Amino acid sequence: MIALGRSLAPGAARGTALVLSEPLSLWGGMDPATGLVSEPRHPEHGASLAGTVLVLPSARGSSSSASVLAEAIRVGTAPAAIVIGELDLILALGAAVGEELYGIQVPIVVLAPADLAQIANGAAVEIGSDGTVTV
Amino acid sequence: MRLVVRAAEVLDAQRLIPIQGAHVDSCLYHGQATLDFVDRLAAGGARVQVPTTLNVGTIDLLHPELWRGDPELAARGRQLMDRYRAIGCRPTYTCAPYQVADARPGPGDQVAWGESNAIVFANSVLGARTNRYGDFLDIAAAVAGRVPDAGLHRTEERAARLVVRVASDVPQALFEDDALYPVLGIVVGRLVGGTVSVIEGLPPGVSEDRLKALGAAAASSGSVALVHVVGSTPEAPTLQAAVQGRDPDAVLTVSFADLWAVRRELSAGEDGPIDAVSLGTPHASASELARVVARLDGRPVATGLEFLISTGRDTLAAAEADGTAQRLRDGGVELLVDTCSYISPILRAPTGRVMTDSGKWAYYAAGNIGATVLFGSLAECVESAVAGRVVRDNRAWTGQ
Repeated sequence: MIALGRSLAPGAARGTALVLSEPLSLWGGMDPATGLVSEPRHPEHGASLAGTVLVLPSARGSSSSASVLAEAIRVGTAPAAIVIGELDLILALGAAVGEELYGIQVPIVVLAPADLAQIANGAAVEIGSDGTVTV
Repeated sequence: MRLVVRAAEVLDAQRLIPIQGAHVDSCLYHGQATLDFVDRLAAGGARVQVPTTLNVGTIDLLHPELWRGDPELAARGRQLMDRYRAIGCRPTYTCAPYQVADARPGPGDQVAWGESNAIVFANSVLGARTNRYGDFLDIAAAVAGRVPDAGLHRTEERAARLVVRVASDVPQALFEDDALYPVLGIVVGRLVGGTVSVIEGLPPGVSEDRLKALGAAAASSGSVALVHVVGSTPEAPTLQAAVQGRDPDAVLTVSFADLWAVRRELSAGEDGPIDAVSLGTPHASASELARVVARLDGRPVATGLEFLISTGRDTLAAAEADGTAQRLRDGGVELLVDTCSYISPILRAPTGRVMTDSGKWAYYAAGNIGATVLFGSLAECVESAVAGRVVRDNRAWTGQ
């Protein structure tokens, strides 16, 4: 599959898809020290986000998620890229600050839900700098 | 400015507009990246261009001895709080900047505020205009003095799309019970999510303290940034005004049973002995402090019970001047400023049984610090603190 999404943060990346079945707030939901999903009630509790292409329906929750993403970029536990089902200003800012401070890009692409659903957990995914997502 | 422009691109805004003030939430420590960010701003010579208040930080700078956690974390939290002051922010360190007299924006003022409860209060109760500004963007907007012209900065986006009607089976006596307002807020947040809404069916002239409790709870259970209340908030003198003459997308009803269910749900444990009482989330107002003094009426809190009230340092200064603070301390009440008891290790028994009058505290404290939460009105909390166990006055909820 090749789908064109809207780019919220620039960059190109490739990695293995980690598909979350529910929205995740990075603040309270991800430990930037380890990169693991830390929210006990989340279905993917304990999964590692580090280096993955994180695929999730939406991010939900606290604006402090921007800080958590920037901190994860600093530590090296951030996803390689994020593919999301709806526009998210907070993650876009976290990625922008991470790039500004540490020179590391975490591209974020918004895909239509139908395209998002095509990405299977564990699939090899490539993000183009033009906002294309290739599975 | 690059961050503000990035935000404008994401939001599809056509232009930037000037702001008159900002409230910055970025001063709460979330790791080295948060310090690196403000250091980068300072190194570039950044200063805030508009009057800017600061939200709570990690520690109580005036009473640092109350900190019970890792000293290294406290030191980093303090550094971050100091750094934001150094680039021109006013060291208010409160989640209720609207209680700082000369920091309140007026109707129609364009501002950039962070902190969910402050955002909903600014929009709904003050009629000022802000989107939900979060970490990094709040301070970026304060430094740029500009925000993207989008969302709640625009009149047409402020129309209520959902009407929430308080059902006629809700007894009139309940409107006089403080506990109604945070409970209703939790219900409304779940019903409306992030959509602008209007509540119909409350008596006119709901007090600021109660609107604060309602909004803070709604912004905890949903991503609420603006909730009009007919007869109480400035853009809702009538229902027609709140919907700006348009048909709402839906009319939802909150029944007495809905309210009872959430009131029960906010208490995680059975009534009985308690270890602590925590009030002041959001930070207690002068009138709330005075009500606690009046309710205590000279009685001390139970031996061994910790009674903590979080408030702003400006509110505390006024309470010191008029004797309220001393009367509270004489009764055994501890006053905390600059931070909050659910984000920092302050309580002696954080995993114990803690009673609160705050829907927001009830929503977050279990996950953040591991407390077993008991929820009740301010009056119930004070009576329980004196007794050392949960004391209920359910007359308004049982019709007796």
